[in-house]
Amino acid sequence: MADVTMRVWRGDSAGGDFADYTMPAVEGEVVLDVLHRIQAGPAPDLACRWNCKAGKCGSCSAEINGMPRLMCMTRMDELPTEEPVVVAPMKTFPIVRDLVTDVSFNYVMARQLPPLKPKAPEADGTYRMQQVDVERGQEFRKCIECFLCQDVCHVIRDHEENKPNYAGPRLFIRYMELESHPLDTNDRRELLRQRMGIGLCNITKCCTEVCPEHIKITDNAIIPLKERVVDGSYDPIAWLGRKIMRRTKRSAAEVAQDAPAFTAPTSEDRLERQTVPVAVGAAVGAGNPAAASAGPGAGPSEPAGGTGPTAAGDPFGTDAGA
Amino acid sequence: MACCRVDRTGRHPGGPGGSEPEKEDKSGVSTIDDVKPIPVTIGGVRGGPAVRTLRRDPWWKSPAFTFVVLTLFVAYTVWAVFQNADYFVGLSQHRDLISPLYSPCIVGSCVPGSHGSFLVLHWWMLTPALIGLSGPGLFRSTCYYYRKAYYRSFWQSPPGCAVADGHKRYTGESRFPLILQNIHRYAWYVAIAWNVILTIDAIMAYRLPGDGGIGVSVGSLVLTANAAALWMYSLSCHACRHVTGGHVNEFSKAPIRHRLWKVVSKLNAIHMQFAWISLFVVVIADAYVRMVAAGWFTDPKLF
Repeated sequence: MADVTMRVWRGDSAGGDFADYTMPAVEGEVVLDVLHRIQAGPAPDLACRWNCKAGKCGSCSAEINGMPRLMCMTRMDELPTEEPVVVAPMKTFPIVRDLVTDVSFNYVMARQLPPLKPKAPEADGTYRMQQVDVERGQEFRKCIECFLCQDVCHVIRDHEENKPNYAGPRLFIRYMELESHPLDTNDRRELLRQRMGIGLCNITKCCTEVCPEHIKITDNAIIPLKERVVDGSYDPIAWLGRKIMRRTKRSAAEVAQDAPAFTAPTSEDRLERQTVPVAVGAAVGAGNPAAASAGPGAGPSEPAGGTGPTAAGDPFGTDAGA
Repeated sequence: MACCRVDRTGRHPGGPGGSEPEKEDKSGVSTIDDVKPIPVTIGGVRGGPAVRTLRRDPWWKSPAFTFVVLTLFVAYTVWAVFQNADYFVGLSQHRDLISPLYSPCIVGSCVPGSHGSFLVLHWWMLTPALIGLSGPGLFRSTCYYYRKAYYRSFWQSPPGCAVADGHKRYTGESRFPLILQNIHRYAWYVAIAWNVILTIDAIMAYRLPGDGGIGVSVGSLVLTANAAALWMYSLSCHACRHVTGGHVNEFSKAPIRHRLWKVVSKLNAIHMQFAWISLFVVVIADAYVRMVAAGWFTDPKLF
């Protein structure tokens, strides 16, 4: 088969330029495969993030021929090969090296997102939700945090000064998931309006276009959030309805009056108390690998400081404050 | 050490993957006052070349098409509005057809017969289309789809995905005047009222006075198609989706609104198509009535 030329950005914060690598074309490859062959051949020091090669980890985000895409989900045979295939790092985030960028901005904005505050449990101490109540938010759980939507959003891509006051599409779907949660009592609308930049978005839908999980970010999250912010701040009829019917979320003061309800145990807590021996929790907490065999509820053992649930599940790793 | 605080299930409270209540939070509520701003580092060196875009596909085609079509629509509409003539086909031609751009005709300058019993603004002597277009114009100009269309094609903000928008400063819809886009739901209420009026116009178009009483002509079908397209465009609107059920958090306790929301959600998925179809149909309806009224041809009776 013919050769393919990859034009890859090489550089770091001190500067950089494109470098061309001509490789023999191999049928069925994706962009990431070719980069791996470049790493194995002419440029072993080429830096790029990758992990699953299946479009599910969100690591290999880059800009391929100018469009933000996952390298592992972009087939070479869908790209024109008469010209070099251009691979550049995501433009919105500071470069670390080559195709690796510092995406900690997204984690900083995530840390400011008020979490779920469930309302009082039912009389038996548990929560019940119907499928119809939660299926709207399940679409947003497909997010793999590749941050392509954040990258393509011109609000911060072209106007970096907006970053401190703009959560971005990835976080907007999280806001929508929580705002429409049947158990949630937090009201994030003023936060969205004043500090998270829902008004900065001008709904040009690029986030939806680049989402590899095909989440309808604009139609199902951002516009509904904008409408909810209108409910809270710009719609006099909605304000009147709130006063008369008292059907929407309560004010902060009203919710605060019921504060003890939020310290009540969740159903998950109760289940855990019933099924997991106390000794297991203590052993895992001490980083003892022997705890793995303590009971069926325990997961695989993790060495102290390893990539167990603590590190793997922690979206705010060491670069969160960078 | 905030970065390592996890609950017993191994999830991080407040993180994108975890959502557990804060046990130590005694207030029980997070409001904007509770969320402490965390400094964001900006100004880092970005990778890639300093060019407007690296895209090589014809990304400019879509905004260029939108620019041309919307410009033609606006140009035709302005021309039609200030014609102030040939917008009503009345008794003299045995029809009752009124251009959608001039309906409702409720001002003093309306030609006899076009206003029915709705003559309200006797003192208004400018073209009636300024009234007729006010509601639909407000609705279309604040429509979420058209906003995307004209922000991309006219305002170039951005002209395409991953194409630099070129404006030095950007405040989106957070400042005057674009913050007024938030009145879209009120524009929708107005548009619904207009739809009712245009539906009445369509029904009245089946009256063929002096030509057999009630029947079907091409003109009546054109106005019916116009009303139908506008209903579909209005009912697929994002504001409609929110008002009918999108605001509800517990659908299980609001089954009717849930059903409505599901129907509107299906329509909403093709809101863009309805936006364009209704735009073209309005122009076709106005042009048809205009040509019949001007005497280019008579409105054929079908049966």
